[in-house]
Amino acid sequence: MTQTGTWAVKVGLAQMLKGGVIMDVVTPEHARIAEEAGACAVMALERVPSDIRKDGGVARMSDPEMIRGIIAAVTIPVMAKARIGHFVEAEVLQALGIDYIDESEVLTPADETHHIDKHAFTVPFVCGCRNLGEALRRIGEGAAMIRTKGEAGTGDIVEAVRHMRAVQDEIRRLQNMPDDEVYTAAKEMQAPLHLVQQVKREGRLPVVNFAAGGVATPADAALMMRLGADGVFVGSGIFKSENPPLVAKAIVEATTHYMDADVIARVSTGLGKAMPGIAVGSLHEKELLATRGW
Amino acid sequence: MTTLHSNGRKTVGVLALQGDFREHREMLERMGHEVREVRKPAQLEGLDALIIPGGESTTIARLILSNGFQQPLRDFCDSGRPVWGTCAGAILLARNVDRLDRPGIEMMDISVRRNAFGRQVDSFEAALDVKGIEGEPFHAVFIRAPQIEEVRAPAEAIATLPDGTVVAAREGNLLATSFHPELTGDTRLHELFLTIGRNGHE
Repeated sequence: MTQTGTWAVKVGLAQMLKGGVIMDVVTPEHARIAEEAGACAVMALERVPSDIRKDGGVARMSDPEMIRGIIAAVTIPVMAKARIGHFVEAEVLQALGIDYIDESEVLTPADETHHIDKHAFTVPFVCGCRNLGEALRRIGEGAAMIRTKGEAGTGDIVEAVRHMRAVQDEIRRLQNMPDDEVYTAAKEMQAPLHLVQQVKREGRLPVVNFAAGGVATPADAALMMRLGADGVFVGSGIFKSENPPLVAKAIVEATTHYMDADVIARVSTGLGKAMPGIAVGSLHEKELLATRGW
Repeated sequence: MTTLHSNGRKTVGVLALQGDFREHREMLERMGHEVREVRKPAQLEGLDALIIPGGESTTIARLILSNGFQQPLRDFCDSGRPVWGTCAGAILLARNVDRLDRPGIEMMDISVRRNAFGRQVDSFEAALDVKGIEGEPFHAVFIRAPQIEEVRAPAEAIATLPDGTVVAAREGNLLATSFHPELTGDTRLHELFLTIGRNGHE
């Protein structure tokens, strides 16, 4: 008697990705560079976030042919993005054999009220969050992995730090809270009560939590690990840098040795120019991606 | 002769380059053992046993090479102390692996096929009889799991699926499983593992 698509195998794949780096790739060649550098998975997409930001227009799920090409090019898990609420894009990605779907604010949302019912799928989902309530709403809908959103395509780590600190701070606050105040806390953070109680009991999220949105250097990756991330997503930070294979390897080493400044110093040496970057403070409110999702 | 219950507190290393090393650590700590996360070869010193966890085998293999771990891990296997690879760890212990673009530790006489059950949508849970484990079947979680396609003596198969697919093997002090006991609450395989040493490491 065997069972597929269970909560244990959905959450379990994310557990296997921990301590690793998931890299955005737009071609099979990028995917092979990422695998060679030690990426624990790749995110297949048509344009990296910094190009989506620059080009504007509607950003959608990638072309199935491109996704198939990337799946064929590597042996590591392949993730891909669906628009928030676009359950048909998600069904297509599942049919293509994608290993994890990112219901992502980096693409243009398809539904401004409802996220995808992720329990209805065999394939697992990862979703973004800015705080604990948002993380637990997504887990309630069936997300088996969470990532803090940061601000994708900027190369500015400030929002990733803000979101990771917010999640960790709210977990610590719950741990110190009397049991009879948890009901109101759940109401205020608009999160399912049983998940809030579970976080209070265990002192951590019920699923793996990676950092995303703004990681551009090995030190950025180590910083997010030090703040409590289980691993990191790197989008534009690798393939918009001067020397992608070298930067990719350096970020992988820094994520493993995040407590060891000597290693981070060594791998940060001679990497060439990092991605150019945009300070988040210079963006208009309507240019922010992190505020998408509800 | 080994016994099925561990006697006394041991210091167990978990290779912590990438993967689910925390789950192994927490299970071993619940069993009362001291656990060390190993990120540098020097940290192998003084360990009674070592686990190579689940994770992404290409990633861990790359970090084994870049951090000078290959020979120290081979020496550890030769020392007779128990070494256990779960999933990615099993891939790295095997002498023969398909589609792995870099060498692993290559110490067990088994051939392994990666992602042999398919992609993530084919990941599954199943009940399993494991040789050396008494009582109820072991609840096994398989995630993008490898199959052990060939087991050559002195290695022996110790668990198979109903269709005959080998998913666990042992060779002296070396243990390989395609599945993840560390993701369940069942400590029986961790207990068995700590008894398989040789050369005075029983």
